Amino acid sequence: MSSRDDILGRVRAGLQRNAGNAAAGREIMQAAMEGRVEGPKPAMDTAPAALLERFRIKSELQSSTVEVVAQESDVPAAVARYLAAMKLPTTAVVQPALAALEWAAAGLKVEARGARDADLVGITGCFCAVAETGTLMMCSSPDTPAAVSLLPETHVAVVRAARILPYMEDAWNLARAELGTLPRAVNFISGPSRTGDIEQTIVLGAHGPYRVHLVIVEN
Amino acid sequence: MEIKSMRFKANASASLANVVLQGNLKNAKGKFVTKRAEALRDLDDFEGTRDAAKAIRNKVIDNLDLWLERFERKALDTGAHVLWAKDGAEVCRLVTEIARKHGVKKVTKSKSMLSEEAGLNQALEAAGIQPVETDLGEYILQVDNNEPPSHIIAPAVHKSLDDVADLFHKVHGTPRKTEIPALTREAREVLRGHFMTAEMGLSGGNFLVAETGSVALVTNEGNGRMVTTMPKVHVVITGIEKVIPTLEDLSTLMRLLPRSATGQSISNYFSILTGVKKPEEHDGPEHLYFVLVDSGRADVVGGDFHEMLRCIRCGACMNHCPVYQTIGGHAYGWVYPGPMGSVLTPLYAGIENSIDLPHAATLCNQCGVVCPVGIPLPELLRKLREKQTDAGLRPLTERIGLRLWAWVAQQPTLYALGARFGVRYLKWLAGKSDRISLLPMAPEWTRGREFPAPQGKTFREMYAARRAAQ
Repeated sequence: MSSRDDILGRVRAGLQRNAGNAAAGREIMQAAMEGRVEGPKPAMDTAPAALLERFRIKSELQSSTVEVVAQESDVPAAVARYLAAMKLPTTAVVQPALAALEWAAAGLKVEARGARDADLVGITGCFCAVAETGTLMMCSSPDTPAAVSLLPETHVAVVRAARILPYMEDAWNLARAELGTLPRAVNFISGPSRTGDIEQTIVLGAHGPYRVHLVIVEN
Repeated sequence: MEIKSMRFKANASASLANVVLQGNLKNAKGKFVTKRAEALRDLDDFEGTRDAAKAIRNKVIDNLDLWLERFERKALDTGAHVLWAKDGAEVCRLVTEIARKHGVKKVTKSKSMLSEEAGLNQALEAAGIQPVETDLGEYILQVDNNEPPSHIIAPAVHKSLDDVADLFHKVHGTPRKTEIPALTREAREVLRGHFMTAEMGLSGGNFLVAETGSVALVTNEGNGRMVTTMPKVHVVITGIEKVIPTLEDLSTLMRLLPRSATGQSISNYFSILTGVKKPEEHDGPEHLYFVLVDSGRADVVGGDFHEMLRCIRCGACMNHCPVYQTIGGHAYGWVYPGPMGSVLTPLYAGIENSIDLPHAATLCNQCGVVCPVGIPLPELLRKLREKQTDAGLRPLTERIGLRLWAWVAQQPTLYALGARFGVRYLKWLAGKSDRISLLPMAPEWTRGREFPAPQGKTFREMYAARRAAQ
């Protein structure tokens, strides 16, 4: 007998599986898959301005830094200002999805590609953001490779204010509507990587970025 | 992992006598408790969320066979392979075979308690494949002669900054560093090289999503993302009970898991991984394998301990346990310490191999109160004690003592007489003090603490006197 059959056989024996309760079980399963019932969620003001404000506050609590700019064309200059203020390199890897912005005009040298070990600054967009916890939702694709938000020591993310949603549940519904199926990797990111494994003291920059800077585009 | 739970009493005594460990435990004590309490405050309805989480987990484990089949079908649709392992030996065999098939020489691992159960690192090494633990805590333990973890979330919580400073100085051959950020950076630099060169990444799975055939991973350091993004092969090793229905259910459980575990409103990274890299993508594994592991779980389904299968491995029960806080995790002698371990070890590693564990609890129910999926841990511990007694596994003196007590308790006159003698004897023992410093019949009781002396009358005597006076 294969291990699969052995394991499932013993699970069925434990549940005293028979045709009747199997049919009932399938109904429960079907109802769960179709119902997609949401659990209790913390109350929140979902007006656009309130969502942006909550997202900003929660992101800062996660040790991210935030700047709000008026429009997308302001992004390269904002990123350049941040990198200069932090005395960080002006060379960066950017997700191909953002290649069209005027990076060179802002004095940045960017390459649109997947990330490499030596990259120090990674610039990404995000699929959407979650106000509840101050979280970015990243969906992997050829235009949005996952490692750009992981390998570099500095991660700069561009967030469109209209894509800030109240809850993670809203993010799933948006993914279902726009992408159909889930991409290979959905990464929810909430601030720089961290560890508390030595004396439960939180240190930023474990294996991923030391700092995460968010540029929110209002319009 | 070798089961050392039979030596619980000796191990616990050694832990209590270990001055360095006691200092480290004292330092750690309460930190997780405070952080959890703070993190629960911004959840408007903790009880409601917990009820929802409990219902989600029950829905799956009450029809586990159907959900497993459903998950398997969805995972196969995404291009993943799904393998099944009855026990740790089969886990080791399957993972070694996958590694050989893909010409793997090095495996980077994010934390997997099931690989600890299976003793996978030793098996990989024996097959000439290098396993590298990448969670900072697990890495510290691996380079310290493969020391076992003492906590499921913070594996090296028993070690101090000084311990780690000495260790890194020794194994890395670098100048001794005394700042935590510098030590973390040193480990980062060592491990980055491994992330970029390993051919295979190995992870556990916090949840398996039946709706999409995905694995969900909760991490903070980013090592979980590394091992599932950089190598060409990704192997997920996870228990068969980890399935959940939908992405909505995942969101509900995620409101509780990080808060209960580390006191975070959400973990730093939360990854939902589905299928393999497409040819035009820049990163991600080309091959994805799920190893669904039984190792005792199937036999728990539908039985007295069925509810334990709801467990989402947050560790809140051990963080809040007065016994765990005092002796640390190693004394429990296997993968899972604390109240969770005192139930899981007898179930998965044998009730006869862990006689003392169900008794390593005060039944204060702190664990039951904080459990995010409402597992009645004290009740399960009591059931295990009953099973031990039924199976005749308790020591002879205890069995005779209990029988004697049961007989006397059924003879009211004799019982009253015995109690009257007992309280007078104990009062005499205490002398002028109101404390007894040595109980001759149970010297263990008074080693390191005093026994409060009775006042010289039994409850029934005092009750009768009071009734008479009214």
